Amino acid sequence: MAGKTLFDKIWEKHVVNQVEGGPSVLYIDRHLIHEVTSPQAFAGLKERGIKVRRPEKTIATPDHNIPTMDQHLQIHDELSRFQVNKLKENCEDNGITMYGLTHPYNGIVHVIGPELGLTRPGMTIVCGDSHTSTHGAFGSIAFGIGTSEVEMVLATQCLMQTRPKTMRINVEGELKEGVTSKDIVLYIISQLTTGGGTGYFVEFAGSAIRSLSMEARMTICNMSIEMGAKGGMIAPDETTFEYVKGREFAPKGEEWEKALAEWKQLPSDPDAVFDKEIHFKAEDIEPIITYGTNPGMGLGISANIPKVEEIEKSSQKSFVKSLEYMGFNAGEAMIGKRVDYVFVGSCTNGRIEDLRAFTKFVEGKKKADNVVAWIVPGSKQVEKQALEEGLKEKLEAAGFELRQPGCSACLAMNDDKIPEGLYAVSTSNRNFEGRQGPGARTMLASPLTAAAAAVTGVITDPRTLL
Amino acid sequence: MPIDKFVTLESSCVPLPIENVDTDQIIPARFLKKTTRDGFGDSLFCDWRYDKEGNPKPDFVLNDPTYSGSILVAGKNFGSGSSREHAAWAIHGYGFKVVVSSFFADIFKNNALNNGVLPVQISDDFLNQLFEAIEADAKVVVKVDLENQTISVPSKNISEKFDINPYKKKCLINGYDDIDYLLSITDDIQAWEEKAHA
Repeated sequence: MAGKTLFDKIWEKHVVNQVEGGPSVLYIDRHLIHEVTSPQAFAGLKERGIKVRRPEKTIATPDHNIPTMDQHLQIHDELSRFQVNKLKENCEDNGITMYGLTHPYNGIVHVIGPELGLTRPGMTIVCGDSHTSTHGAFGSIAFGIGTSEVEMVLATQCLMQTRPKTMRINVEGELKEGVTSKDIVLYIISQLTTGGGTGYFVEFAGSAIRSLSMEARMTICNMSIEMGAKGGMIAPDETTFEYVKGREFAPKGEEWEKALAEWKQLPSDPDAVFDKEIHFKAEDIEPIITYGTNPGMGLGISANIPKVEEIEKSSQKSFVKSLEYMGFNAGEAMIGKRVDYVFVGSCTNGRIEDLRAFTKFVEGKKKADNVVAWIVPGSKQVEKQALEEGLKEKLEAAGFELRQPGCSACLAMNDDKIPEGLYAVSTSNRNFEGRQGPGARTMLASPLTAAAAAVTGVITDPRTLL
Repeated sequence: MPIDKFVTLESSCVPLPIENVDTDQIIPARFLKKTTRDGFGDSLFCDWRYDKEGNPKPDFVLNDPTYSGSILVAGKNFGSGSSREHAAWAIHGYGFKVVVSSFFADIFKNNALNNGVLPVQISDDFLNQLFEAIEADAKVVVKVDLENQTISVPSKNISEKFDINPYKKKCLINGYDDIDYLLSITDDIQAWEEKAHA
C-alpha cells in the first residue's frame, strides 16, 4: 500500500462520519470569524433556536471594515460600525472570544491566528474567508468557507466536505537575489492559471520552499486560492516548530512534547502518491508583476505584456477586456509604467518580515512625489514590533507613514480606496476589476517590487536598486 | 432553513460569455456591509451593470431586454476569488436558479448549492454550443433536469449529462440543507469528540 500524504493524514484523523456516496463529515479544530461573513450565520442559529456548540474553538476579530487611522475613535461609516458592533454582540451572546479594535491581539484574521499560536500543525482550520489557506503553511488543512458553512461550524463544529484531489508543487533550487516568496507564488499562478488548482488541495514542497521562513511560507499558502485550489499546505519542520514554540496559545511543557511528537509524523511519506505532481525551478523565477485583472495574469517584471495572438483563442475576448480596464496595450513593457499608489499590507504581505524588507529597501531613499503610499501592518502585534524595531522612524525619514492594522486597501471595504483610473502596486492578493476601489487598477507584486515603485514612481525592477 | 426544491427547469437564458468572472464582479466588496441575506440581487454585477450615477449601462446583458430567464450561462471558471456567499445570495436574489459554466470555483459552487442555486458544469464544447444557440435565438429554451442530470436544448436536439454529488442532488430535490443533516447526527459528533479527546 502506498504511503500517505500530509493531507491524507490530517483529513483521515478528522472524519466523523461518511455519507454514503457523498461528502465526509469533517471535524473542525479551529474556527476563525470576522465581521463580514458571520452575521447571517449567527442570525441563522437564532432562527433555529440553537447555540454555538463549541464556543472555545471559535476566535473572532474585526478586520475587513475597520479604519487604519484613528482607531481609538468611533468608526464613522455607519454600516461598518453596525457590522463591527454586531460581531461583538454575537460573540458576547455566544461566549466567543473576540479581539476587538483596540485589543493588543486585534489584526487580520490570518495574521493573528499564527502569531498567537492558534494555528498549529495537524489541525483543521476554517474561516469565512478564502485566504484561510494561509494557515496551511503550518501543515494544517485550512480553507475558506461560505456563510452557510460558518453556520454549520458554529452549530455542530463540523462541515460536509467532498475530499479534494491532491497535488504536489515542487520548487527546487535557490531563489535569485531580489526574488521573494510572493514572486514564487505569483509565478506558479501565472503558469497554472487561476483555475489550475481547482478541485485540488496543494502541498508545496522542494528545497526552495523548505528554505523559506514561516512568514514567507504563509505568503505562498495564502495565494493557493488564487490558483483555484481548495487550500495549500507545507509539511511542518524545525522552522515550523521554532515559530510556534512559546506563542501565547501554543501547547506548553508536557503538552508541547506530546504535540511535537505527533507533528513530526505529519509530513507526506516518501512513497505517498499525489493525484498530480508539478515541478518548477527556483532559478527560473524573477520578480513578478501582474498586468491584467486576475492573479494569473502575471509576468517577469522585465517581460512584455503578451500579444493578443499569443493568447488562446477562446480567452482572447477576456484578455482584451482586461487590458482595456487596465489601460494597457498588448505587447508593451511593464517597466517604466506610471504608479500612483503603493499598498503594502494584507494577509499576503502584511507581516513584520514584509515591513522589514520594504523599510530596508527604502531606507536612505525618498518616496517619489507622485506616489501615495499606504503601509499597513497586518496586526497590532506587527505594528508594535515595527515601532520597537524603529521601522516607523525609518519609514518616516523616507517619506512613508505607518498606518494602523486591518485589511485596508486589499479589498477597500474601509476608506482606503484607490481612486478610479489610478494605478496601484499592491502587495495584496487580488487584482480584480474594482477590487481596490471602483475603477482602481491593481498590479500585484512583492514588497520589494512595491518599494522600488514607491521610490521611483514607476514600475522598476527592484534588482536594479539593491 | 429549507432551501428551494429543485427538480427540473425550462427557461430562456442570460448569456455572459466572459471567463474568470470573480466574486468581486458578482458583488463588489462595498455591498458586503449588510447583516442579512436578502436584498443583494439589486447589486448583482453592479459595476458592470450601472454607471457611476447608478444608471443602467445599456450594453450590459442584464440591462438588455432581449435576454431574460432564470438560467445564467457564463464563461469558464465562474465564481473565483473571495468566499463571500453574498455572491450566491445576489444570484439567487436576482432570480437565477441555475448557473451554467464549463468550470466553477470550489467555494462558489458550495455556496450556490447551499442556497438552492444549481451550478451545472458542462464541457467547453457544449458551452460554446449553448452560447451559439442563444446568439441565434435569444429566447431559446434550455432544459435542466436534475433527476436525470441532463441539460438540453430541446429545439436543437442537443443535450449533455452533468455531474453532481449524489448527496447534494438529494438535498436539492428534497429542499434539505447540510445543517439539517449535521444536527441530526449530533450524537455521532459527540461520540467522536469524546474519542478524540480520550
